[in-house]
Amino acid sequence: MSTVSDRARGGGNPAVYVIALAVVALSVGPVLYGALNGFRSNEQLASNPAGLPDPWRLDNYSSVLTSGEFWRYATNSMAVAALTTLVAVGAGVMAAYPLARYDFRFREPVFMVFVLGLLFPLATAIIPLSIFVSRDLQLSNTWWGVALPQAAFALPVTVVILRPFLMALPRELEEAALIDGSSRIGVFWRIALPLSRPALITVGVLAFVGSWNSYLLPLLLLQGEMRTLPLGVADYSTQYSADTAGVLAFTTVATLPALILFLALQGRIVNGLQGAVKG
Amino acid sequence: MSLTPPIVAPDQGVGDPAPGVRPDELSSRRRPRAVRRTTGRERLEILVFVLPALVLMALFVGWPVLSAVRMSLYRWRGFGPMDDFVGLDNYRRVLTDDVFTQAVTHNLTIVVLSILIQLPLGLGAALLLNRRMRGRGVVRTLIFVPYVLAEVIAGVIWFQLLIPETGVVDGLLGGVGVAAPDQGFLGTPGLALGTVMAVLTWKYLGLAILLFLAGLQSVPEEVYEAAQLDGASWWQTQWRVVVPLLGPTIRTWCFLSMIGSLQLFDMVWVLTGGGPANATTTMATYLITQGTQRGNYGIAGAASVVLFVIGVVMAALYQRLVLRRDTRIER
Repeated sequence: MSTVSDRARGGGNPAVYVIALAVVALSVGPVLYGALNGFRSNEQLASNPAGLPDPWRLDNYSSVLTSGEFWRYATNSMAVAALTTLVAVGAGVMAAYPLARYDFRFREPVFMVFVLGLLFPLATAIIPLSIFVSRDLQLSNTWWGVALPQAAFALPVTVVILRPFLMALPRELEEAALIDGSSRIGVFWRIALPLSRPALITVGVLAFVGSWNSYLLPLLLLQGEMRTLPLGVADYSTQYSADTAGVLAFTTVATLPALILFLALQGRIVNGLQGAVKG
Repeated sequence: MSLTPPIVAPDQGVGDPAPGVRPDELSSRRRPRAVRRTTGRERLEILVFVLPALVLMALFVGWPVLSAVRMSLYRWRGFGPMDDFVGLDNYRRVLTDDVFTQAVTHNLTIVVLSILIQLPLGLGAALLLNRRMRGRGVVRTLIFVPYVLAEVIAGVIWFQLLIPETGVVDGLLGGVGVAAPDQGFLGTPGLALGTVMAVLTWKYLGLAILLFLAGLQSVPEEVYEAAQLDGASWWQTQWRVVVPLLGPTIRTWCFLSMIGSLQLFDMVWVLTGGGPANATTTMATYLITQGTQRGNYGIAGAASVVLFVIGVVMAALYQRLVLRRDTRIER
């Protein structure tokens, strides 16, 4: 990080700050508006759509946070996202390991299965998939019924991101461990997994946020008590479309967990993606 | 805007990236490993490791896609046995259905516009944010906010902001003396698709910037120094050196963006439900409407197979025309 390249990259000049500010305002503005309007009454909204909360009212948020429905949806979302992440990262890293560290005849074809998996749109599979889960597996209205298919659709990205990362681990460590009498599986547990933690966090967060935000599969598989937050928000929004302030408070609270998780780990995700986007 | 006379031809710096630019390529192909015969025990280990993922993919991805193909060949209402075989009749009906051809047009429009709008904006923003500036971390973080929102949540927020007359957008426009359309932006057939496109751009620009920034992190420091020593301006450095080095990242992003645009469902479903007057239908909203809402499962199956085929054709063309360059540069 020398000063020579600093000039080549360009330092900060006022124009850069103005543009950065504009991009940030456009990105965050609508979300912030939604959050702030949750602190207003519908009468305030109607009389002055673009105004700020005055006075600040907490009843929209308190009614969201004290409703049993909200917490049920949040629990469902959390459970489905946790199961999805667990299965996708677990199965993903297990598959990526031999694809990265062993030489075997079907290595590239097996890897191609995952790359091609990126091409299979959920929309193509969705109707037979929901029929399969509900009728053949009898898992409609269960957490697992949504989590397993979501994990399967998250696997291609997981494997494609993890493989280059595992490939880049130095061979010497592996060889030293093998010489010390460790088995391959021991190497996987004691060396590969701990060293690939940053990449595991990346794919884990991507799987979690993807599941937390998913809509189409839960829409077809979950009803009533078992619905997840996005379904709850969408239904609430159509049911009480006149209650703008309430809807905005609900959406704001429903977003927070994924937002906090992603933003807290954002730097790691950028680093983890590096291996995957280099072509 | 050209380097004259170039002491070092600019493309030399591009065609021969500094060592360490693409370690994954090097480790997978360049460095021939000592190919050991895998022993029986190792084969068993490989199988045990790869099996769970392959089983999951087969059950929940492969099988449903095959079932969709089968479903598309029958007239089936979603209950009872699937025995009314109609051959390709569902395909004929889907491909001659104006609503479906409109949906395909909408999807392709979104594919093209997403790339045309987000590529320059995202690249510009990423290059700027890669500069040294105070508060860069905060800026980066905040730009990703729309991307992390669920499409449904973003859709609901924008739906509320865009409510005719009482919504914030109309309020702001009224404040500066611009008359909003009577039916609202989402209710006017001529404007609805453009409005959906605007919301999509707002939502996914952060992903483009995120990926481009990740790619920029791997541009070695020496590249900037070399360009500096050759007397290149900031603009020349970015345009002639850095952007070409980002080529693979840009092509990866384009591909992800294309596949995503073809599958668009959540946002449209929440914002417009495909209306007004089918002005914003996509292939995915069409097949969900036909399948789960009207019980025309054969039609839905045919539509989903067409969606898949369009995706595969696009991916194959993209591979042939665009991605081939990545492998050629390697030589």
